[in-house]
Amino acid sequence: MKPGLRIGQEALEAKGWWGAHKWLVLRRASQLGILALFLVGPWFGAWVVKGNLNYSLTLDTLPLADPYVLLQSVLTGHVPEKLALVGVAIVVAFYVLVGGRAYCAWVCPVNMLTDLAGWLRDRLGIKGGSHVSRHARLWILALTFVLAAATGVIAWELVNPVSMFHRGLIFGLGSAWVILLVVFLFDLFVMNRGWCGHLCPVGAFYGLLGRVSVLRISAVRRQACNDCMDCYAVCPEPLVIKNPLKGADKGVSPVIVSSDCTNCGRCIDVCSKDVFVFGPRFKREEAPMSGSAPAVPNDQRNFRVGSPS
Amino acid sequence: MSDDSRTAERRQFMLDAARMACGVGMLGVGLGLYAKQAKALPPAAIRPPGAGPEKDFLGACIRCGLCVRDCPYNILGLAKPEQPVATGTPYFVARTGPCEMCEDIPCVKACPTGALDHQLKDINKARMGLAVLVDKETCLNFLGLRCDVCYRVCPVIDKAITLELRHNERTGSHTVFEPVVHSDHCTGCGKCEKSCVLEVAAIKVYPIQLAKGELGSHYRIGWEEKRKAGGSLVAPDVEHKYNLPEGMRYESGKGLSPVPGGEAPASGGVDSLRVPNPGANAAPAGAGPRHIPGGGLTSRMSDEVPR
Repeated sequence: MKPGLRIGQEALEAKGWWGAHKWLVLRRASQLGILALFLVGPWFGAWVVKGNLNYSLTLDTLPLADPYVLLQSVLTGHVPEKLALVGVAIVVAFYVLVGGRAYCAWVCPVNMLTDLAGWLRDRLGIKGGSHVSRHARLWILALTFVLAAATGVIAWELVNPVSMFHRGLIFGLGSAWVILLVVFLFDLFVMNRGWCGHLCPVGAFYGLLGRVSVLRISAVRRQACNDCMDCYAVCPEPLVIKNPLKGADKGVSPVIVSSDCTNCGRCIDVCSKDVFVFGPRFKREEAPMSGSAPAVPNDQRNFRVGSPS
Repeated sequence: MSDDSRTAERRQFMLDAARMACGVGMLGVGLGLYAKQAKALPPAAIRPPGAGPEKDFLGACIRCGLCVRDCPYNILGLAKPEQPVATGTPYFVARTGPCEMCEDIPCVKACPTGALDHQLKDINKARMGLAVLVDKETCLNFLGLRCDVCYRVCPVIDKAITLELRHNERTGSHTVFEPVVHSDHCTGCGKCEKSCVLEVAAIKVYPIQLAKGELGSHYRIGWEEKRKAGGSLVAPDVEHKYNLPEGMRYESGKGLSPVPGGEAPASGGVDSLRVPNPGANAAPAGAGPRHIPGGGLTSRMSDEVPR
């Protein structure tokens, strides 16, 4: 980020509004669209999807189940019915393909809240706050499993803001809004990217699920990077970018393989030099350089939705 | 790397791990205690049919709400965080909306995890709770009226609730129709509680473990043992004896009558009531009971004499 410029300002000038917001818009469309599918039933009586993110039945045929809550249920000693197991298999297969934490960026409704907090934090110039390791979420994840086994109750579901929010929007929020407000204020004032980036065990679980995921973001044109730092500033998990972007000398692959990456695509949006693209994780070769105006090879264009003007 | 810096690094790692473990451990203790508390389901909250005991249900239910969606009568709701039921789990309140006991039990079919037991095929076998007539002081039937509403609305009428007849002691000339719940047929649907006409229901559905007593495992019910054995287990079976006034006998349907032969002391299985001091009585010794002033015992105790 150059002094005086806001995050993504350069990209906005270089690529236009759509080019600098494409993935953000698609992501919001995905989050809201999924929510809308759940809501048209209770609101208008048009039943497309029944249930919530813990388990849903689409058009009375397609079962989708959250593997995290099912695993906790199994740890309490319960053996689920077939339909739930089928749902888990479908969901696991999907996220292994598209990246585990794509759940966080493209589905989870809390992400909209914490993104808002992050954006506001930037706009209001709120700096600093508490620090805790990003591994905390893994500890909390382990804790939820231990609690399930020890108490026989899916204990995390008693307080989980993620399912509370989604279920609340569909079945009635009650006082869950207080918990969501706490999450929002925590992210805004106490810890930058606190909930999604440090504490949430749901995200941690999907991260583990995505350790081998196929769809990744790759800094294929990292030679073009002008060190504006916008991608670091906008990324909810900035640690994942550093090595793939700057590791060319050490022979590090440009593919962002860290499972913490949420595949949100904001780095693609805010980069005025089009360094990042979506692609399969196995694609290791870099785009060839041709002087100061590198061209993007056609095979890599294929992984974008539309191309920046 | 020198030994010192390696030691410092190791030390830092241990400290970081300890810090994390303690912080997360604190969260765990709090959440664990809360989870224990969450198992205490308030008596007014009733789980859908097929739900197991609360400790099993809270591990099996993934809070998806499909049972809520497939209930045709919309009686189920998912608990909100502020409600005293485990967050996100389904329940209903009998007084506001009882289970309508659908024959195909759609809520159970909808459950993806089996938290509502798919083995339950007959809704009459559901045991959501047990109705208890908790307040005999306000129940209209106990007050002598023929309310009978709980009995009439019961989907398992004459099995789960029966009306037991007994004498109305207050009026002396009426019958009390006491509603009695039978746990071997009551499904706990809550229709009785819903339809009780009082301001506050006199009959309520409670969780079975609250509502039901249990005999000691060593207890044997005599008449059942006798029936199972096909005869008395106490040998010899002692013949019942009536304690009757001297010189009287009792016949079913006829009541008391003097033993033929008058004065002869009763014998042969009939215990005579011996008057300690016959001389103090108005009746002279040897006189038959029919001469007792005021109608006499015979006429007062005989079934044939109008009262």
